[in-house]
Amino acid sequence: MAGLVDRASLIAKAKASKLLDRAENPEETLDYSYEQQLVQLQNVKRGIADLATAKQRLQMQSASMQEQSAKLDEQARQALQAGREDLAREALQRKATVQAQAGGITQQSEQLDAQEQKLIEGEKALQAKVEAFRTQKEVIKAQYSAADAQVKIGEAATGIGEHMADVGLAIQRAQDKTEQLQARAAAVDELTTSGALEDYTAQGDDLDRQLAQVQQGGQVDDELAKLKAELGRSGPPAQEVGSGS
Amino acid sequence: MIVRLMGEGQWQVADSVRAPIDELDGDTERAVVAGDEVALALALRRLHELVRESGEKLDDAELAASDLVVPPIDLSLVEARELLHGDGLIPELP
Repeated sequence: MAGLVDRASLIAKAKASKLLDRAENPEETLDYSYEQQLVQLQNVKRGIADLATAKQRLQMQSASMQEQSAKLDEQARQALQAGREDLAREALQRKATVQAQAGGITQQSEQLDAQEQKLIEGEKALQAKVEAFRTQKEVIKAQYSAADAQVKIGEAATGIGEHMADVGLAIQRAQDKTEQLQARAAAVDELTTSGALEDYTAQGDDLDRQLAQVQQGGQVDDELAKLKAELGRSGPPAQEVGSGS
Repeated sequence: MIVRLMGEGQWQVADSVRAPIDELDGDTERAVVAGDEVALALALRRLHELVRESGEKLDDAELAASDLVVPPIDLSLVEARELLHGDGLIPELP
């Protein structure tokens, strides 16, 4: 086994020589290569645009998680106000889970911003290379004998191909990462909306329903709590609320 | 010699930098064998820093192929294994 640089360099050279094997007729290869480069450049531009869209969606998911977190916080407050410390605790536990996930996703989505910037630089370099190739191919056609032209074309096509492969891989990796983060955000979203967050007991599945009942009954309980406080009692007022736990 | 830092571009570096690159490349190998993601990340970061600091970035319009290719700085252990045992990670040239 060799190191990663050894291995990556070896593979890149092997793939380059495959590309050179195809470059048998210089004139034909020049024009074909250039057409292929233009197609690839468009693919790269599209790839980066798609990535930007996916990243936007991710940021919306992240914002929605922040809302979930705020909502759970409010629910906990209401539950506590209703004397349901058990429900308040569960809501706060969920909030902690959502916040931990949201924090990780936000952090990684910021890394994606940096990656996107690099991709844009990579695309800019690719554009410059394709333009340089266009100029060079005319020079090569005009000035070189067939044999020399083949060598020159080989060099240029390999260099540009290497860069395309690199940018292509970077786009692929950024896409994979975005998809993973989106899936993670969607999973958290589903868990919080369905009330089936892991680590929660069967009672937890009823959390939303019970909280809704508490909220509906909150007004009455508030009044009751105030009344009890006025009467000098400080115990939890809400045994009557909810289906029991 | 021309070195590509994958995801970053190409640098022109002196041939004498080959030795320290090989040394750090040994670290990448040991990290993968040991399954040590932290050591892998460190070795890759040092490789990238070494090339950046000792070399000069090539112009965007440069068409030369690279003599050495350094994998992306954030390569995961899984991707590193894929690179060492197959050739799937490096795409076919168009």
